[in-house]
Amino acid sequence: MKRVFFIPFAFVVSMASAQTLRIGLAEDPDILDPSMARTFVGRIVFAGLCDKLFDLDEKLNIVPQLATSYQWSPDNKSLTIKLRGGVTFHDGEKMDAQAVKYNLERHKNMKGSNRRGELAVVSSVDAVDASTVRINLAAPFAPLLAVLTDRSGMMVSPKAAEAASDKFGAKPVCSGPFRFVERIAQDRIVLERFPNYWDKGQIHFERIVYQPIVDATVRLANLRSGQLDFIERMAPSDVPQLRNDGRFKIAKIVEIGYQGITINVGKSDVAQKNPLGKDPRVREALELSLDRDAIVKVAMEGEAQPGNQWVAPSNRFYGKGAPIPRRNVERAKQLLKEAGVPNPSFTLMTPTTSDAQRIAQIVQAMAKEAGFDVKIQSTEFATSLNLADKGQFEAYVLAWSGRADPDGNLHTMLACKGPTNYAGYCKEDVEALINESRTSLDAARRAAAYDKIAQAVQKDRPIIYLYHRNWLWAHNAKLTGLRTVPDGMVRVQGLRMN
Amino acid sequence: MLKFLLRRLATIVPTLFFVSILIFGLQQLLPGDPAIALAGEERDPETIRYLREKFHLDEPLPVRYWYWLSGVLHGDLGESVRIQKPVSELILEKLPVTIQLATMAMIIALAIGITAGVISAVKKDTWWDYGANVFALWGLSTPNFWLGILFILLFAVQLGWLPASGYVSPFEDLKANLSAMIMPAFVLGNAIAAVLMRHTRSAMLQVLSSDYVRTARAKGLDERVVVLKHALRNALIPIITLGALEFGTLLSGAVLTEQVFTIPGFGKLIVDAVFNRDYLVVQGVVLFTATVYITLNLLADLAYFVVNPRMRVQ
Repeated sequence: MKRVFFIPFAFVVSMASAQTLRIGLAEDPDILDPSMARTFVGRIVFAGLCDKLFDLDEKLNIVPQLATSYQWSPDNKSLTIKLRGGVTFHDGEKMDAQAVKYNLERHKNMKGSNRRGELAVVSSVDAVDASTVRINLAAPFAPLLAVLTDRSGMMVSPKAAEAASDKFGAKPVCSGPFRFVERIAQDRIVLERFPNYWDKGQIHFERIVYQPIVDATVRLANLRSGQLDFIERMAPSDVPQLRNDGRFKIAKIVEIGYQGITINVGKSDVAQKNPLGKDPRVREALELSLDRDAIVKVAMEGEAQPGNQWVAPSNRFYGKGAPIPRRNVERAKQLLKEAGVPNPSFTLMTPTTSDAQRIAQIVQAMAKEAGFDVKIQSTEFATSLNLADKGQFEAYVLAWSGRADPDGNLHTMLACKGPTNYAGYCKEDVEALINESRTSLDAARRAAAYDKIAQAVQKDRPIIYLYHRNWLWAHNAKLTGLRTVPDGMVRVQGLRMN
Repeated sequence: MLKFLLRRLATIVPTLFFVSILIFGLQQLLPGDPAIALAGEERDPETIRYLREKFHLDEPLPVRYWYWLSGVLHGDLGESVRIQKPVSELILEKLPVTIQLATMAMIIALAIGITAGVISAVKKDTWWDYGANVFALWGLSTPNFWLGILFILLFAVQLGWLPASGYVSPFEDLKANLSAMIMPAFVLGNAIAAVLMRHTRSAMLQVLSSDYVRTARAKGLDERVVVLKHALRNALIPIITLGALEFGTLLSGAVLTEQVFTIPGFGKLIVDAVFNRDYLVVQGVVLFTATVYITLNLLADLAYFVVNPRMRVQ
């Protein structure tokens, strides 16, 4: 009897999977409005829903999506973009220069927009003709193209946005390959194929269902039982068991973000009360007590690339003048002796995620060998952010999901007035170099500036960068056409179930 | 009885008022600035200022409480900042899921718990009794989270009989709905069954040794009638109280079980809201579940009258 009951169920599942791509997400996305959205996981859903002016390829090159080409003005203070013709939004409205102008102004001016900061340098937008738009800047801004490969480059239907106002995120209307059907909070987001998509030849599913499943073990169990076709961010510890299972494939790529320890060097008076915040020699000793390879091996089961800067060593903007220092406990002890604190003590604030907890414990054990007494303070994430913002911490295990341009990983944390400069770091020469790196469009000049910044930051150590995680995806072996792009987004174009 | 009912009803209003102050006050003790939590990775100062203004975060506490309370009294629980949906809509969306899960879990718990408790009391000091006690110990000492994952691995991954997780509305597909709900309901029911079994057993043992049961037996009544009609009915009073409390707890969301089986009920809603400092969602859901809890307690009080005629006389 049992078989009779369950066979039709299995049949329904396999029928549905022929047309539907079911993706398991690690969290429930926030608002589905590109202007207001703020989570990494939300961007994964946007990849199916909203096209952008530009996109990234596997090598982090900027490639056109809704744009076809671009041209900088001679003074680098305006960017002219040619738009793809014949593109429509999901409600049938035209995606033209007026729509782009509307969207960029909305990102910049809408109350509650989280895009305001990255578009701060945009002074005005002109619709030159139906398919040409010009973005005028207050000053040259090299990261602009990279910014337009993310939510700031996503275009929504002006008509729908006007009608829905700040409720737009409840029923978003974009121009991506799939259109919004329904969302049940904490359960699923359903998209269906948009028949008028400009690149419809690349779309091979009728529907996509995104299901947030927070627990990595349960997410994997859903993949293995056939309920899901694809899961993002699988746990590194699950890699070995899945590797030997021919029904599934694992895809991975080094992220554009980083994991590190932010040290309070000037955010509040706490910095001067502790030798770690006060004396660069103590910070150097802490870094020299750490073995990044071992941290990656133990905390991430080898699924990360050790690093010591805001971009991974494989990135073209990695500063080669500041290589990863090797562990040297003797030198660390000597430095502590010179600083007059052979056994410094500090509190390491750590979010309650298992990754962060593991890092803290390993750092505690390694630093102890050099004489440090590290006290771990496990703190719920939102609380830890608040404490960091007020400068009520000594050291903080903090990850950054990363941006395509190195500026997005650097300016906000280490520029004097960066909104997430929790370290309270502010150095005139570094500030000047950061400004140079973001105003020059010459890649070689930018690389040279980053090299100098890396060397300066390595001396001051407001952040001890540890590693860059692998984005780990697992999927049904029959799923082909997956592109592994370091931003961790799941691009649905080209995906096919064979 | 009417006087009792009116007296009990009259206490509901001040209780709810007190609960609303408590919910609001306790929430303020949560560390972490909601505006910072909501402003995303970029944490643009302008956005943080806007959020503070929009949610009156800069206003004194009593003023903020008044904004919320006056909204509630007008039937407006506010809106989730995180996903831009009215809180009342979220509650209505999750309520059927939570009610179904709680009801299924309770049916399983009552069926197993009362049966095992009665058998254990009637067959005291036999292998039946020992077996039921071992079962109770297992139910009490097995964490739901662990049992849930084991069930998923066995029934979904290994045997492929049931879906690993997720929720399907019964109106969409009843079979798929029951397949998705049976595992979480069993995991939840199993733990409650153990508690119910222990209480049923002790209540039954007490009643079975009372004079009127001895009289009933002396009259020559069938043992089944003595146990089920005379003894169990009296023994049910503490079980009704416990059952109502457990059901109330289930309705406020089974956080871990919902998390493991990805059931979109109150538990998941409230956990996400707390971590994201989505205050209005937390306040709305807690106020709602508190109301349900108080109502269930009232219903339990009323149920005493139904099962115990002596109380009607009093």
